[in-house]
Amino acid sequence: MIIASQKPLDEIRDTLKAYDKVLIAACGTCVTVCLSGGEKEALELKALLGLEGDKAYRVVTPERQCDSEFLEAFDEDVKWADVVLSLACGVGVQYMAERYEGKPVIPGLNTSFMGTNRDAGYWTEMCQGCGNCVLEKTGGICPVARCSKSHFNGPCGGSANGVCEVDPSIECAWQLIYDRLKSLNQLDRLYDTIPPRDWRTSRDGGPRKIRRPDVAIEEV
Amino acid sequence: MAEEKSRLQSLFEAGHFVVTGEIGPPMGADTGHVYKAAEELKGYVDAANVTDNQTSILRMSSIGGSFLAQQKGVEAVMQMTCRDRNRIAIQSDLLGAWAMGLKNLLLLSGDHQSFGNDKQAKNVYDVDSVQVIKMISDMQNEGRFSNGKKVKGVPSFFIGTSANPFADPAELQLIRLKKKIRAGAKFVQTQAIYDVDKFERWMEKVRAWGLHKEAYIEAGVMVNKSVRSIEATQMVPGMDIPDNLIERMRNASDPKEEGKNIVLEIISRIEKIEGVAGVHIMAIGWEEIVSEIVRRAGFSPRPALN
Repeated sequence: MIIASQKPLDEIRDTLKAYDKVLIAACGTCVTVCLSGGEKEALELKALLGLEGDKAYRVVTPERQCDSEFLEAFDEDVKWADVVLSLACGVGVQYMAERYEGKPVIPGLNTSFMGTNRDAGYWTEMCQGCGNCVLEKTGGICPVARCSKSHFNGPCGGSANGVCEVDPSIECAWQLIYDRLKSLNQLDRLYDTIPPRDWRTSRDGGPRKIRRPDVAIEEV
Repeated sequence: MAEEKSRLQSLFEAGHFVVTGEIGPPMGADTGHVYKAAEELKGYVDAANVTDNQTSILRMSSIGGSFLAQQKGVEAVMQMTCRDRNRIAIQSDLLGAWAMGLKNLLLLSGDHQSFGNDKQAKNVYDVDSVQVIKMISDMQNEGRFSNGKKVKGVPSFFIGTSANPFADPAELQLIRLKKKIRAGAKFVQTQAIYDVDKFERWMEKVRAWGLHKEAYIEAGVMVNKSVRSIEATQMVPGMDIPDNLIERMRNASDPKEEGKNIVLEIISRIEKIEGVAGVHIMAIGWEEIVSEIVRRAGFSPRPALN
């Protein structure tokens, strides 16, 4: 899922300065699960911002801000507000902005990464959405997202005791790949050289899109 | 296009025990810094690496520094990392380097930018070190860029790479070295060796895999002139320094002399190890000491080329 974290309160306050009526839009999916932009966090934020007592606030929680079918029910609330403070990921913020022409939509979160919850209050990055998955070659551990240098052919010389040279709190992805392939009895795979990537499937080819005729609805 | 082989390649091929040094370019455009280092190394090393923004500290380019070193008569081993350049920049810069007379090339991943003063920089890693070796080697052998287009004026670098005998996971590090050699690396410089016992065990594996027959293995050593210097070295990623050596430096009445003694002891052991084809002496910022180390190690004078 998408992992995000709330922006500093002062930064949020600053971006809201010019407005009187603020709609705090939580999002009921990823950011609810990662405890950064769900209804609970929106209500807490309302309470904190409300301490200043200079603005009117409303809180809404669409199931997903990135899907128009969930937004319609909140059209009136958006109309009421001078500004929408979206606690969705960057997709939700943009989608709201696109839907509500003439209405400023401000991000309340920093969208961080695609990852997982490891422990209470601890999330780690797992996927970079590079568009060409190699997990079958690397024992299910992603070298693109989880190696600091996105190496495809083994660890750099900075891997020591399972830890990355960049930060001792980062596990060396290639140590993990090695251990995993060893346990799968597939160490022979490590002798294959993975050639340079075609990064067009990643962000490097420009913004990406997927069109699928098989599920498209033909205009009559 | 010059077809003459580099001095380094010729000496390896003639079976000489090769000695290389290292020059760290200045944090600026000062030519004097490189000239001075080159003059100190001249005649005592067969070639000198010129580092590519090592430990991610922003400095003059390796290409520029290599060119300056060669102006002073020291054959350069130009370094190129994958950290800062994509495949376009790497190939383009190498064409320029070859055109300017650089012949030895050390291809590396590069220390992550988080070590330097530009932690905010985007890291590139379009290709990794195995991929870049294959890319340049193929370019040279087939006369085509990685994009398939024909190269007009094909370089013929003597390609090398690095290896860290002390990094983990040990088996995978060896597999990666094998892949680098298979990709086209003809010589290998190791991370600085302090733990000779561990290096000996690594060389046993290198020999068992036959890697020393497929590429020339040069053992890296570093000269430390102070307690601070050896402690700083210990902090470098992938570095493995036994505590007793650090203690020796701490207890020494003359740490400079002790630093030299340590490196000479290390050299005297590694030069006897089967499969070691040379020594790479790193004394960045203390280049004037290299001549003494080379003399005392018995490596002077350096062989002349026929």
